[in-house]
Amino acid sequence: MRSLWAILLVATAAGAQAGVTDVTLDNGMRVIVQADHRAPVMVSQVWYRAGSIDEFNGTTGVAHVLEHMMFKGTKDVPAGEFSKRIAAAGGRENAFTSRDHTAYFQQMQKDRLELSMKLEADRMANLVISDESFAKEIQVVMEERRLRTDDQPQAVTYERLMATAYQTHPYRRPIIGWMNDLQSMTAQDARDWYDRWYAPNNATLVVAGDVQSDEVVALAKRYFGPIPARPLPARKPQIEVEQIGDKRIVVKAPAKLPYLLMAWHAPVLRDWQTDTEPYALQILAGVLSGNDSARLQKSLVKTRQIAVDASAGYDGVARGPGLFMIDATPATGQTVAALEKAVRAEIARIQAEGVSAAELARVKAQVIAADVYQRDSLFYQAMQLGEYAIAGLPPEALAQRVEKLRAVTAEQVRDAARKWLIDDRLSVAELDPQPIQQPMRPAAGTGDSHVR
Amino acid sequence: MSVKRFLAGLALCLPFAAHAALTLQHWQTPQGARVLFVENHALPMLDIAVGFPAGSARDPAGKPGLATLTHRLLDQGAGGLSDTEIAHRLADVGAVLSGSFDRDRAGASLRTLSSDAEKNAALDVFARVLQKPDFPAAVVAREKKRLIAGIREAEADPGSVADKAFYRALYGAQPYAHDPSGEPAAIETLARADLAAFYRAHYNAPNAVIALIGDVDRAEAERIAARIAAGLPAGKALPPLPKASAAAPETLRIAHASAQSHVLVGTVGVARNDPDFFPLYVGNYVLGGGGFDSRLMHEVRDKRGYAYSAYSYFMPMGEAGPFQLGLQTRTDQTDAALKVAVDTLRAFVADGPTDAELAQAKANLTGGFPLRIDSNRKILEYLSLIGFYRLPLDYLDTWTAKVDAVDVAAVKAAFARKLDPDRLTTVVVGAGAR
Repeated sequence: MRSLWAILLVATAAGAQAGVTDVTLDNGMRVIVQADHRAPVMVSQVWYRAGSIDEFNGTTGVAHVLEHMMFKGTKDVPAGEFSKRIAAAGGRENAFTSRDHTAYFQQMQKDRLELSMKLEADRMANLVISDESFAKEIQVVMEERRLRTDDQPQAVTYERLMATAYQTHPYRRPIIGWMNDLQSMTAQDARDWYDRWYAPNNATLVVAGDVQSDEVVALAKRYFGPIPARPLPARKPQIEVEQIGDKRIVVKAPAKLPYLLMAWHAPVLRDWQTDTEPYALQILAGVLSGNDSARLQKSLVKTRQIAVDASAGYDGVARGPGLFMIDATPATGQTVAALEKAVRAEIARIQAEGVSAAELARVKAQVIAADVYQRDSLFYQAMQLGEYAIAGLPPEALAQRVEKLRAVTAEQVRDAARKWLIDDRLSVAELDPQPIQQPMRPAAGTGDSHVR
Repeated sequence: MSVKRFLAGLALCLPFAAHAALTLQHWQTPQGARVLFVENHALPMLDIAVGFPAGSARDPAGKPGLATLTHRLLDQGAGGLSDTEIAHRLADVGAVLSGSFDRDRAGASLRTLSSDAEKNAALDVFARVLQKPDFPAAVVAREKKRLIAGIREAEADPGSVADKAFYRALYGAQPYAHDPSGEPAAIETLARADLAAFYRAHYNAPNAVIALIGDVDRAEAERIAARIAAGLPAGKALPPLPKASAAAPETLRIAHASAQSHVLVGTVGVARNDPDFFPLYVGNYVLGGGGFDSRLMHEVRDKRGYAYSAYSYFMPMGEAGPFQLGLQTRTDQTDAALKVAVDTLRAFVADGPTDAELAQAKANLTGGFPLRIDSNRKILEYLSLIGFYRLPLDYLDTWTAKVDAVDVAAVKAAFARKLDPDRLTTVVVGAGAR
């Protein structure tokens, strides 16, 4: 551990958060800059604090639909022109919508940041959503839903489990939206969403790369500064009702293998300085499945061979309430019920006996190393800054993350498992595979005539 | 002949343009392993990738799945360490071992901190995994089951079903035809001895490409590469794969309980070393490689809302890899979407790109070049690629110039040579089938 610690010191001194600039413009827009001069490139991301968490029933998916519409043009930059100009400058661009946010990004050579800001500022204020372009794009979004959810049995299982684990909190709704809501959505729904949330005082600009922070801030002032702040709707807490007993669903979908997905309600990071449980839960996930022979893999996949895959996951950075999750695929001839029992036995073992010093040290070594490795990716660095900002956590929380994880004790890990991984907080989904039509070989020799 | 002299004789140093500070160095070990190295001390870490011509195209007749199973077993017991000891020793020092596998190549990569204790522990495990896999019989049995489960699971995914059918139809008897994961019936019959024999024949020094980037100096990189190569089995360079020839045009419709049809259209395309590569690559940006900047995306998605994704690409491989055009759409509009895509392809092959389109493609590709080498991970990929496919060592230096040299006539001529719209293979996987 000694030499790892030395590395950490070097890493902290050399870079990452030491170089973070975090300012707020007069109109309320936040600007975060991470200088990294390894390569002559930069990534620029505009994050809006508007995700599916902010949606209402009947218009689920509108945050993501608006993301698509943001590429459909403004008064000055006609449809398709945004992408064309970025591409002409050698850029890569796209956008992503999550439960907590919608974000837009460009990756370009460092001297092209101004173009990116100019275009982003324009569509923050001047988007045009025509009925015609909406009618086409909503079809694209429905195809995206079919591709990513409807035809993916494990994704369907996940979607249904979320709708079960959360009863009152908006996290119960899929980011892509329910199909019926997409079918019923109108251009006006998208316009309303844009008018409600696309304001500088609901946005954070994150720029990482070979840039000077004062120049980035000056450009941001020039392009985003003139956009006036607007009052934002009050956000209601919508706290999830306390779970009072385990919940179980069966999902029947065309599939070949069964699948088990378990989710326990768990806390997320709110006060990053005093909270300890989110850090302990992250270490717990590492103990369970942080390497190819961590507890779940070693016990379920390798030794007992009751599963062909098993993993644990936990994300402690979010606007809404968290979940600790475990998923696993049973081995041939094994049932989901038997697999669930085996998973529970592993959890019970940690609750009874705790984790070993070697396991704890192993997970921490991985955390420390991963903190170095992630600096190889500019995009990932910017992503982390954006996610923390959206979750209401300061850059210092990110800077101190490794320290906080290093401070976690074996007792804290055991206690977190005892407190949070209990049946009354648990929702379980079982994928029950339904037949897939057998491939049918068509008549030979038809050539490709029908495609012309 | 001393190792030092040998190294000096073959050493080459080439700076690449976007990174004045970084230099590609190349040498060969006495056993014949090719080494590519970039010294970069910006981060306290080291990446190593070792690749072999041991992909699924090397599966022996009747044993589809042997190559991937062998590759999977490398880190599941080696040099006297159990699978668990390997995983724990690496995790204990924060090292990450990962594998890559496709039709041409099988590889293993190590990412480690560059501090001595961590690096040495990680390299010790990495060397065992590459040099002394044990293929324990019980673990072989377990991994066979897991591999087969993965294949079964993929049978539920219409995209995977389409992909398998596409390669099968395109390549017929050539070894690119079968899926890299192999066939369950054949996998059932594989034994430890099959894996050991496959390993000895393919994972040897004359076939190895060792790529390194990170926080070590040249002398240390030489020591690391020498240590890896020296412990590999003796052997000789493998012969090239059988040539791929164009398949007869064919349309396959496969029933599947899915909301969308997955449509793949294509033909046998080009090998890595094909002189048409750059005109095809740049031209394809306009056709279907440029994302929102491409004709396919514009026609299929923007104008008609038929699909979320519509694309085309040439995948250059050791032998001629495929040209593939793909989209996924609601089953009841499959034929309409397919027609739009193929009409777009026909028009492009017939007329080529406009001057403006080609200028846009070149501007994006050359202007975006620095993004291709902005991380150690991306550079490592290029080092492996250059080594494996024996691309010129100045590949990255001349890349933008080669893109810039492409003109409309070159694109038209290259597409005319390589892509006949009347001889396409079409695969449709979806509910209707018919």
